[in-house]
Amino acid sequence: MLGYAGKFLEVDLSNQRMKDVKFGEEILRNYIGGRGLAAKILWDRLGSRWKEVDPLGPENILLLLTGPLTGFVPGARLCVSGKSPQSNGIIGSTVGGEFPVELRCAGYDGIIATGVSEKPVYLFITDSGAEIKDASHLWGKDGKETVKILVKEGREELEKRFPGRGLWKEPAVIYVGPAGESKVRVASVNHKWTHGAGYGGYGGVMGSKKLKAVVAKGTGPFPEVADMNRVSEITDKMLEINFKDNNFRRWGTGYAGYDVGARLSSEPVRNWQDEWHDEKSFGVDRFERLWVKNYWADFGCVTACLKLGVIRDGPLKGAITDNPDYENQAYVGTNLGVFKAEDNIYLMSLLDDLGLCGIQCGNVLGFAAELYQRGILTRNDLDGIDLKWGETRAFAALAKKIAIREGIGDILAEGTYRAALKIKETKGLDVSPYVVVEKGVAIGAHGIRSGEDYPSLESFACSVQGGDHTSVAFVPLDHENSELRAILYDSGVVCWFNFFNEDARPLLWDFFEAITGWKITPEEWFNETARRVLHIQRVALLLGGPDLKWTPKVHDDLPPRWFEPLSKGPYAGRAVDREKFEEARKEYYAEVGWDENGIPTSQELKRLRLDDVDRRLRESLK
Amino acid sequence: MSETKPVWIARDYAKCSGCRRCEIVCSLSHEGRIWPEASRVRVFMLVPGVEVPHLCAQCHDYPCVEACPAGALSINKETEAVVVDQEKCTACSLCIDACPGKVPYMHPGANYAVICDLCGGKPKCVEACTQGKWNALQILEKDETHTYKLYARTPEEVTRELAVQLYGEKGKEVM
Repeated sequence: MLGYAGKFLEVDLSNQRMKDVKFGEEILRNYIGGRGLAAKILWDRLGSRWKEVDPLGPENILLLLTGPLTGFVPGARLCVSGKSPQSNGIIGSTVGGEFPVELRCAGYDGIIATGVSEKPVYLFITDSGAEIKDASHLWGKDGKETVKILVKEGREELEKRFPGRGLWKEPAVIYVGPAGESKVRVASVNHKWTHGAGYGGYGGVMGSKKLKAVVAKGTGPFPEVADMNRVSEITDKMLEINFKDNNFRRWGTGYAGYDVGARLSSEPVRNWQDEWHDEKSFGVDRFERLWVKNYWADFGCVTACLKLGVIRDGPLKGAITDNPDYENQAYVGTNLGVFKAEDNIYLMSLLDDLGLCGIQCGNVLGFAAELYQRGILTRNDLDGIDLKWGETRAFAALAKKIAIREGIGDILAEGTYRAALKIKETKGLDVSPYVVVEKGVAIGAHGIRSGEDYPSLESFACSVQGGDHTSVAFVPLDHENSELRAILYDSGVVCWFNFFNEDARPLLWDFFEAITGWKITPEEWFNETARRVLHIQRVALLLGGPDLKWTPKVHDDLPPRWFEPLSKGPYAGRAVDREKFEEARKEYYAEVGWDENGIPTSQELKRLRLDDVDRRLRESLK
Repeated sequence: MSETKPVWIARDYAKCSGCRRCEIVCSLSHEGRIWPEASRVRVFMLVPGVEVPHLCAQCHDYPCVEACPAGALSINKETEAVVVDQEKCTACSLCIDACPGKVPYMHPGANYAVICDLCGGKPKCVEACTQGKWNALQILEKDETHTYKLYARTPEEVTRELAVQLYGEKGKEVM
């Protein structure tokens, strides 16, 4: 199959067995790779008993998938998936870097990991296949230490096996930190120290399988494509377009830590109590002076939205992270009342090391701080931590507790939604007004109260990925912001930042054809292919379980806080209007083929030949 | 005879973004497909954020050519690049041992060493680096007073220095 390495590695960690798996053209043409294929694999294998599958138990499946476009299109990414311990549905969570390229050069399009290993292990993948190796010595190690040891071990092993070949480049390493090991629901799957697939909580899934890392070194060529010259031509065109629109190249998204709050009033400030601030101390100029690299790119990318932010002196010395980007400036900055670039870099570097997602963990840290502000959580509850807004050291101490599930950390490690339920139980107090989460998934740092940012009223409430700001529900369905378009990038699997410019956007269809030979039309994509993936994700989300289940009437809603007016800034007084919100939700349901209760209609599912999805959905509704 | 003067590829590691477009275009040009491990320039990332493009520096005394027992290595008179005769090369790896920077390596799909041939004087990797506006790799005219061997260094050596340059004291711990 053009564009594909041709096989997937299936690892049964319980029995320490491995085999190659292949998918036929029909499946690949319909589900492509990454997020789309993840939905298909998970549904086929777990759909019949979805509600019973514990995301952190042995039955869950961890998927590390590339797509046919990965590596060819500037900005290679890997899609991580499985049953999400946050939403209990399926989330396609992507992370940039060289790992997916190494995997494809070793002959694999992806990894399907099942079961649970008895002891900590890591996978070592080369052209000659995969091995399961002992990871006892890595258990408990943070991100930087893990990468250091595995790069060294990997290179030594390669040199031993293939003497006289010359120097070996480093193998690429995907791993979890201590948080993933502790099955923390806000843990990410990490790469290159600072990159993480955070949405979904798959670090906890990988850790639950005792899979510390996957190390890959491939020496083969990229897969055969339909027309390589054409791929190069389209690439050149894309680079040219993206140079004209170079905001991301200049600043990354890191200019927004000030900008989104000050200009758009849509940035989480102190757990979303405000969405506006005018803290000049958080301006991009303050971050910029801490950059040691103006550009840090992942494979093939010249947009290079990442910049390396480093603290070389002073009490926070030794912190290294990528800028941080906007989301992490917001969530482990403004959301915690932290308005200093140095402190934000320090906190993000720490979360990277611990293997915690900046967005998901930042959300729960902010939630805890608000409960402390309100006296609901006491210093005693917090194991002595004085969790005041802006107290960087206090937030650092709490993050460490979350990563190893120590004391209060054990409750917060469940993520904001579940922690709120637990606190309600123990304190007898309803703390849901302070929860800013969508179906278990913390909402990205783009509020909708001011109406000035890109998400619309239905964006989070109707998304099949909950609060994921990179995959929002949007009408019209073929809009640049639409979730159906996110499915395209996440299935490809490529970075959508290189398609931000409207002139670059149509190039994706050309890439598909030049690489796979398949002429995928926008009509086909938005009406059929993407809908299939969306509906499977929606049904899995509605089936939910085992601990939580979502009912659209109750849970296709927004955080209570967003119906309260903004208290400060140029848009003070603005709030989400419930009637308008419900109208938008209704419109979205109708557009996408769901009934007035948010349930995919039989007609729609059958039209897309998803008869078994329809059957199981109806059974669950009885 | 061509009038073009020999060139060399100057490298400024701190400017390398790690985009690896040099590997993409080099392998496309030499192998007809994207093949990072067969690229004549390879970007090492032994420490995240510390990317080191590794390629031949054309030492004035060519220790690799001297060391080749099979007569497979020669010097192109026009470009002064090392040329590998793929038929003659026995993949004995003595050129690697002789190189101060351990630059040559074996082709991942065949039995011969690969070394940068400067693309006949117009290196594709530099074009890609220029296109990316990184300028980590640049083309300069060769200068007789310049010691090119200084650039024939192992990625480990370069990484150790650069990690400290970028990360300060922390740079000592991470490798």
